[in-house]
Amino acid sequence: MALLEVEDLTKSFGGVTAIADLSFQVPEDRVYSVIGPNGAGKTTLFNMLCGIYVPDEGCIRFKGEEIIGRQPHRVAMLGVSRTFQNLQMFFNMSVLDNVMVGCHLRTRSGLISAALRLPRVIHEEKQARQWARAALEVCNLDHFIDQRADALPYGVLKRLEIARALAANPSLLMMDEPAAGLNETETLEMRNLIRRICDAGVTVLLVEHNMGLVMQVSDRILVLDYGSRLAEGTPAEIQNDPNVIQAYLGGEVQYAV
Amino acid sequence: MKRLTGFWAFTVFLVLLPIAFPDNYYVTVVGGTALLNAILAVGLNLLMGYAGQISLGHAAFFGIGAYSSAILTTRYGWNAWPAMAAGFAFTGLLAFLVARPILRLKGHYLAMATLGLGIIVHITLVQTEGLTGGPDGLSGIPGLSLFGWAVDSDLRWYMVMSATLLLVLWLALNIIASRSGRALRALHGSEVAAEMMGIDTTATKTGVFVVAALTASLAGSLFAHQQAFISPDSFSFFFSIELVTMVVLGGMASTYGAIFGALVLTFLPELLVVFEDYEVMIFGAILMLMMIFLPQGLFVGLQNLLRRLWARRPAAAPEGDSHGAA
Repeated sequence: MALLEVEDLTKSFGGVTAIADLSFQVPEDRVYSVIGPNGAGKTTLFNMLCGIYVPDEGCIRFKGEEIIGRQPHRVAMLGVSRTFQNLQMFFNMSVLDNVMVGCHLRTRSGLISAALRLPRVIHEEKQARQWARAALEVCNLDHFIDQRADALPYGVLKRLEIARALAANPSLLMMDEPAAGLNETETLEMRNLIRRICDAGVTVLLVEHNMGLVMQVSDRILVLDYGSRLAEGTPAEIQNDPNVIQAYLGGEVQYAV
Repeated sequence: MKRLTGFWAFTVFLVLLPIAFPDNYYVTVVGGTALLNAILAVGLNLLMGYAGQISLGHAAFFGIGAYSSAILTTRYGWNAWPAMAAGFAFTGLLAFLVARPILRLKGHYLAMATLGLGIIVHITLVQTEGLTGGPDGLSGIPGLSLFGWAVDSDLRWYMVMSATLLLVLWLALNIIASRSGRALRALHGSEVAAEMMGIDTTATKTGVFVVAALTASLAGSLFAHQQAFISPDSFSFFFSIELVTMVVLGGMASTYGAIFGALVLTFLPELLVVFEDYEVMIFGAILMLMMIFLPQGLFVGLQNLLRRLWARRPAAAPEGDSHGAA
């Protein structure tokens, strides 16, 4: 069964249709990429999938459950986590605290038990710190653990967002342009990281402009154009799809893979 | 127990102060007021400094706590403690009810709404003369007594205020270093990311708003019993602004900073009395200069300054290091 099913999704903003009648399915334990030119509706799609926007029509099912109408934090409860195109770091916090926020849903204690520092709060804190450490290690960030987030370079912050999302132990990780602004070495590192995450059993939904990265890392690719589906298939299929070549890649295709 | 080092140091400081300066007006009388303000500032700092939600009407909850205690004890003959508890519960309920609609707003709009809340409560205190005594206030509020230990001297009030502040401080420090505290800072940092991490931002904001209001209510009850007389003047818009100034002056998102701000803002006018007519002018100038030169707040600013000086001490250390620390 597909982890995420999208059916006949439509969203318009004041007469401009951002997503039109879009359907696709994201299989479990795979890297599924969404590509398309700027303005194709990728970020709008992401925002609908995680509950920030409410679609005009259609349905989105995650693990068979309808998620439309749920607030983002209630979508997150189902096991959806994401990163952002423009960094949404908690710059007022340390690296460890940032990632520990990611453990929010895996811990329970409320305001009152926290204020009284009950034993179970102390236990939970220890547990959350361990989870956060593990997530930082996956992203090769363990040596930044005690630093403040606002003191870190861009490339590190990109990975920190992923670590924070992973700390939630999600079934689906949505990444919005994780390689944007990264240099070649960092992009390579990002590719390996995405693969590692997927191999660890987390389904990855990726939006990315770096075609080299997308072609290497994806199991399936969905091509959007003006909010609708232009093509869908494996990287090889997409590279040879005449529609894609003509409409999106503009004639000839050359990949430095 | 590194987390609570500051707390224990502060406890020792509060205990030693009246021993070192017995019967000192500045310690027991001004100090008592400063501690009361510090209680309010610690609560407000959770809302403003940590969760990043401004309130320009915090005096309202302080006033509701004070008037609940005053009205129930003087008009209905209640004992002080149940009256305080009733005020506490009432303030909490009220804060909970107004929190949702108000905290939907952001930035300037939130400032406006909380300002409105403060003004409404102030006007209600002035207008409902039958209950509150109107502009003339309420007098004859009985003092507090704890298991036969009557809080009847300035020194004893100093002790009660100190104990309450330490309790509030301890609770606040615990909240900050917990899942809930991280949620507060997270929604300050990025509301959308906080939501995506599963934080119910509406509930979190409501929670911290209620906590800040409850702290203010507690302070208000203590204030009423300490003063024996209260009038709406103490709970006006100006006091709300003063509280915000304490938090900002000390350094946002620093609990000790909020306490420091409260102490400075309470003592400064007392010390400036010698300038007579120019008192207010000099007070304003000092505030301006502090914000210009220590924009992160007095406490945080001084802390950083000390840290920088400390880092410079080993002169052999490479230049780059001290720059990095700066």
